[in-house]
Amino acid sequence: MAEVRLEKVWKAFGGNMVIRGVDLTVDPGAFVVFVGPSGCGKSTLLRLIAGLEEVSRGNVWIGGRDVTELPPYERGIAMVFQSYALYPHMTVYDNMAFGLRLAREGRAAVDARVREAARILQIEPLLERKPRQLSGGQRQRVAIGRAITRNPEVFLFDEPLSNLDAALRVQMRIEIARLHRQLGATMIYVTHDQVEAMTLADRIAVLDAGVLRQFAAPLELYHHPADRFVATFIGSPRMNLLPCRAVGEAEGGVMVEIAEGTVLATPTRAEESAEILEIGLRPEHLLCGGGGDAGIAGEILAVERLGGESFVHLSLVGDRTLVAKAPGGIEARPGTVMRIGIPAGAAYLFDRDGRCLPRPAFD
Amino acid sequence: MGAWLWLFLAGLVAALLAGWGRAPWRWRRRIGRIGFACLLLLLILYTVFPFYWAVVSSLRTGSALFSTELWPRDPAWDNYVAIFREQPFATNILNSVLVAVATVAVSLLLAVAAAYALGRVSFRGRLPLLFTVLSVSMFPQIAVLSGMFELVRAFGLYNRLGSLVLSYLVFTLPFSVWVLTSFMRELPKELEEAAIVDGARPVTLVLRIFLPLLAPAMVTTGLLAFIAAWNEFLFALTFTLSAEQRTVPVAIALISGASAYELPWGNIMAASVVVTLPLILLVLVFQRRIVAGLTAGAVKG
Repeated sequence: MAEVRLEKVWKAFGGNMVIRGVDLTVDPGAFVVFVGPSGCGKSTLLRLIAGLEEVSRGNVWIGGRDVTELPPYERGIAMVFQSYALYPHMTVYDNMAFGLRLAREGRAAVDARVREAARILQIEPLLERKPRQLSGGQRQRVAIGRAITRNPEVFLFDEPLSNLDAALRVQMRIEIARLHRQLGATMIYVTHDQVEAMTLADRIAVLDAGVLRQFAAPLELYHHPADRFVATFIGSPRMNLLPCRAVGEAEGGVMVEIAEGTVLATPTRAEESAEILEIGLRPEHLLCGGGGDAGIAGEILAVERLGGESFVHLSLVGDRTLVAKAPGGIEARPGTVMRIGIPAGAAYLFDRDGRCLPRPAFD
Repeated sequence: MGAWLWLFLAGLVAALLAGWGRAPWRWRRRIGRIGFACLLLLLILYTVFPFYWAVVSSLRTGSALFSTELWPRDPAWDNYVAIFREQPFATNILNSVLVAVATVAVSLLLAVAAAYALGRVSFRGRLPLLFTVLSVSMFPQIAVLSGMFELVRAFGLYNRLGSLVLSYLVFTLPFSVWVLTSFMRELPKELEEAAIVDGARPVTLVLRIFLPLLAPAMVTTGLLAFIAAWNEFLFALTFTLSAEQRTVPVAIALISGASAYELPWGNIMAASVVVTLPLILLVLVFQRRIVAGLTAGAVKG
């Protein structure tokens, strides 16, 4: 269990700035997930912590030690790779023992550690097999087992589940959460899957173009995003963004006009100087068929029926579109007009710089 | 015999042209297979016949050498006895083995190290270097001969087996480096990184991770290097002087008869057979391993 601290970390590949001044502290024993669109630098950040890449500027601290100049094996970390990266010519046992043997551990100690890890992951019957004789899920377990045997202070996972099929992914996700509780080690996990991020993490770091946009607990990100980027990145389907303008003060908040005749009295307080330009509405907060504190009408473009729920895509006046979540059995046909109700508390307001104004949580 | 073959082939082609369009699919496929088998048979005949003739000639003595019968009437081993009695042929074979093994060992060792650098480490001038290595393999042997001779003399290796090992590296190294470099690049980067995180230093990385994974490629390149070294003639002729330092190809070429007017074909053929058999065995043995290594998916986990 160790604290991981990044101190104004920059990374350039050639002239290309990939990480731009990231400051981040991962508490001992925490499960932190790095998310962001592809190319945002999340994997690079993980590799900087691992020591597989050198930082261009800044420092990396692990467990109170400045490890910036240390090679990976002296940092007290273990890493699980997306492609598992098992040594194909070694048995599962040898794969898991490789690091310990290199560290010149005694035969008995190696055996004990490997068997302990195998027991935790329930791969004892597989110890004598070669990686090519294993299924994808089993390989992933072995890769995690290899990390466990090193008894690291920090586990690093680089998109470990993206090569697995959907059912297995859910199962392994639960397994990793269990492992975290059991081992109590600090874990840092990179993924582009926000379901993984939301369900596993104590805190999530949202990255965009090498910049840390927000670092907070999952529900904090959902209810109080720092800016437009985080607001639209967290939540599926993504948040609707509509242009709006402030038209006055109501008791407790600001009134915004979303469209001709649609005025919403939000509970969000704003200073006089704040220039509100956009309103964000999550599909799951919208009420199909009307209700709420204000309403807006649109022509149905498409209906995606998932069984338990449906997503209705609407076209509003002025070339704008809106997605709303509806019950599975909703009566809706493309081409017809539907009225959407907006609860006042659902609104996220964004200013000129894309910052989200502080708002009360909404359920 | 040639005439009969051509007649058979012509007949086959005529039959195919006549009946192809109307024949049912099953028949067409069957005929196609038979045709393919015939083609393979022809190819085997073409490649194996010279060797077969060498074997047959080696079992003949005297004027029987000039007979065109397919099998000698009274096969005799006299030629085989003679080559070992009349010159230090056993020593020559030993020389060839030493030179070929040393060449393979040195070139594989250097090639793996070079392949790691060229395939895994990115540095300025990597590509120009690779192409320089490639271009070396295109020099005709005769062009490097005199320069190599100076080098051999400078190292004091003239008329020693070391001169051959040194000079053979000129043509075994380029293809070994190229084949192993491309193999090395195929190995997933994450494998290397996993080993680094596990605490492997570069030497451990090469020996414990890359070497086992490169084994199929190393068998192939090693075998090719062995064959090249085993068969090489020009350097071996130039850099050795005494009969005791000669390798097999030179020794065979310099086998002389009782008089200047006699070419001892029987002896030459017997010597050729003796040095070809181990090569054939080697290829047969290792070919299995190469194929096994490749099909087992040793590279992809």
